[in-house]
Amino acid sequence: MKIAVLSGKGGTGKTMLSVNLAAAAKKSNYIDCDVEEPNGHLFFQPKELVMEGISVKIPYADDNLCNGCRKCMDFCRFNALAYVKDKLIVFEEVCHSCGGCSLLCPERAIFEKDRLIGQVQRGISDNVTVITGILNTGEVSGIPIIKNILNIDGAEKDYTFIDCPPGSSCIVMESIKDADYCILVAEPTLFGVHNFNMVYELVRLFNKPYGAVLNKCLEGENPSEVFCREKGIKILGRIPFDKEIGTLNSNALILARQNKKYKDMFSALLQIVTEEVRHETVTNP
Amino acid sequence: MRIAIPVDEKSLETSVCVSFGRASYFLIYDTDSREKVFVDNSAAYSQGGAGIKAAQYIADSGVSALLTPRCGENAAEVIEAAKIKIYKTINDSISDNINAFNEGKLAMLKEIHAGFHGHGGK
Ligand code: SF4
Ligand code: SF4
Repeated sequence: MKIAVLSGKGGTGKTMLSVNLAAAAKKSNYIDCDVEEPNGHLFFQPKELVMEGISVKIPYADDNLCNGCRKCMDFCRFNALAYVKDKLIVFEEVCHSCGGCSLLCPERAIFEKDRLIGQVQRGISDNVTVITGILNTGEVSGIPIIKNILNIDGAEKDYTFIDCPPGSSCIVMESIKDADYCILVAEPTLFGVHNFNMVYELVRLFNKPYGAVLNKCLEGENPSEVFCREKGIKILGRIPFDKEIGTLNSNALILARQNKKYKDMFSALLQIVTEEVRHETVTNP
Repeated sequence: MRIAIPVDEKSLETSVCVSFGRASYFLIYDTDSREKVFVDNSAAYSQGGAGIKAAQYIADSGVSALLTPRCGENAAEVIEAAKIKIYKTINDSISDNINAFNEGKLAMLKEIHAGFHGHGGK
């Protein structure tokens, strides 16, 4: 089963949760889709690393063949092309590699070349296969990397955890597209509710089954909990606000591998999530 | 010589637009005949690459100079390829800037900003 972990902004505990659930499972994949700032590998310290470069197709024109008809420019809805002084200029960072311009050029003047935008790192950390997408700085879109890392056959592993980028932009949509279930991570503040609502609306838009995990829970009123109750969102679990958790986590240590107390906490949470996913696949196959 | 200025409105009282690519209109001004023409910036509503599209328009318009408070790097690349000079406006008044340009008092725009080519809601 593929389980995506989301939150409206960074720092809510999204990575902490996905890393620990992956560690608590018997055998799992952990896929870091937060390609601009992948952190999961810092916790897992994966071994036997294999790297793969990810590139996209970028058009370029042969000035001798191009007659300046500008059909390609009219077509490109990203405005990645310009034509000045008898030369076609391609803005590589603006181009979305749709391939349209090269198909459509009547003079067949447009060719494509590869451009490296990032890489994928695969490695092993005990029971977890760690797959990390890394987008080169300055690049606009990590979507081609997300497509690559999510294209795995999860069948031989019981669990695949997808650590999504924060927010609700199209890269997050790409990350949850094939997920069987979404876990939304919420912080216990009013601002946290606002961020939570963003991803809540996204998973509803995508018609994904979902549940919430409340992180950094303190005694007393929790605005995120109130929100969940009002909207009828299933609360899968609560992670306390605890100094020890904070310290272990900020030292990039995996709670579930540090001591039994946390191992049990995440195993229990994993059990609940598993039942939810099974329930969903039975009722909404 | 003809020059272009990004403006907010289609009237002589309009002011210089703070953005180049997202300006609603361009004023094309002929320094010899003093003729003023307002043209729509069709790039203003583009989802992405507005600066490039607007710059393409300016490049095609045959002006010799662009007067603007700022300009993105992609737009600047197109405009410079077209051998059009980019000057920095001194305030938001059209006439002040035209006068300063005529007197040779406008400086070239130096700081070209990196684009905000956000993808989706990033
Ligand atoms: S469509 Fe082909 S021929 Fe026309 S401007 Fe583009 S590259 Fe040149
Ligand atoms: S490949 Fe698509 S996005 Fe890129 S320049 Fe061509 S038409 Fe535009």
